[in-house]
Amino acid sequence: MTQFNSFHLLYLVEAARWTILLSLIAFAGGAVLGMVLALGRVSQWRAARALAVGYIQLVQGTPLLILLFLAYFGLGIVGAKLEPVVAAGLALTLYSGAFLGEIWRGCIQSVPRTQWEASDCLGLDRLQQYVWVILPQAARIAVPPTVGFMVQIVKNTSLASIIGFIELARAGQIVNNSTFQPFLVFVCVAAIYFVLCYPLSVASRHLERKLHVAR
Amino acid sequence: MSYQFDFSFLADKWPAFVDGALLTIRLTVVSILLGFALGTACAVARVYGHPLLRRLVGAYVEVIRNTPLLVQIFIVYFGIATIGLKLDAETSAVIALVINVGAYTTEIMRAGIESIPRTQIEAADCLGLRRLQVILHIVLLPAMERVYPALSSQFVLLMLASSITSQISAEELTAIANVVQSDTYRSFEVYIVVAIVYLLLSLLYRVGFWLVGLALFVRRRRLGTAL
Repeated sequence: MTQFNSFHLLYLVEAARWTILLSLIAFAGGAVLGMVLALGRVSQWRAARALAVGYIQLVQGTPLLILLFLAYFGLGIVGAKLEPVVAAGLALTLYSGAFLGEIWRGCIQSVPRTQWEASDCLGLDRLQQYVWVILPQAARIAVPPTVGFMVQIVKNTSLASIIGFIELARAGQIVNNSTFQPFLVFVCVAAIYFVLCYPLSVASRHLERKLHVAR
Repeated sequence: MSYQFDFSFLADKWPAFVDGALLTIRLTVVSILLGFALGTACAVARVYGHPLLRRLVGAYVEVIRNTPLLVQIFIVYFGIATIGLKLDAETSAVIALVINVGAYTTEIMRAGIESIPRTQIEAADCLGLRRLQVILHIVLLPAMERVYPALSSQFVLLMLASSITSQISAEELTAIANVVQSDTYRSFEVYIVVAIVYLLLSLLYRVGFWLVGLALFVRRRRLGTAL
């Protein structure tokens, strides 16, 4: 039996790249979906609002793990056999889209009513109002909670290990299987996650303080 | 696409799903109660404690909030076993969930405690209340009332996250789903059913927390105003 050594540690660090890649995929996909959902949530059309609310309630009421299983095993049986990375990316996108949509809805709604009214008076149409007046201000408010949510995304990518995608948590299990030193191995894994997440947490808090003062 | 949906496994497997859901409820209710106690104690220590204690609690919160629950569960389940203490899956699951939700509760309750105006505490001091009385009646209950929405949605998230404990073979809802799907090969249907059960559970928890809130916050119930 091999002891836990620097090669194992290097293997874990290299696997962390896949954690980062999966996080980026989930964030990019979630951002697009979240934007659509946030706009749907504040839309003038009742149907769009209902659809967005329904989707968000559905996803926020289901564990991410079940979404992952549905994407991986479920779609596999229906006929679209997905690679673990694709299934994980899809499930994480659906998941983070719902949360980002809800976060950004709050940001859009926290732009003062007077801004809408003023831009109405200037004769801007709905699209122009969003692009030139509302969204730039909402984006400023949205930065701290969005960075904070990125921590959740990074941590949640660990669930991709369960459907066999070799990222940091799965690499930890593999190393543990050959060294059988679970405490040491998983503390190392946790430490690497911490190194990835802690700067984001600190940045989120810092931005919150900074942007709050400016308001 | 010529896939035929087949939910016939429900006819003889439904008791297993009920058992799984009941275990999920048991695990999470115990974890929420213990985690709330831990988090509240930590929040009090974080605000009023010795500077060293404050830093210690701060470190606990940061470490837990910046690492995945899955890895925390592995550390508790596999890690503690290597020290020689053999815990069964359910106990390990509860320990990991308590440690996890305790950290989030600490942050939420800390925000609540810090939102209590100093003057309230000074007024209570003037009335001759003891330190413990001040913390319990003047600080904690109003603080909890303020952060109750955040607290209850964190607990619902914990209930959903408890699905991860299936990975250390705690026989809760998700673990049952995994067993049934490998028996029947009906994975899509099985996970759809389980997703619906989780949706119902989160609805149940929200209603439950609303009722608990009504029972707990007498002031709000009588006046109907925000604090």
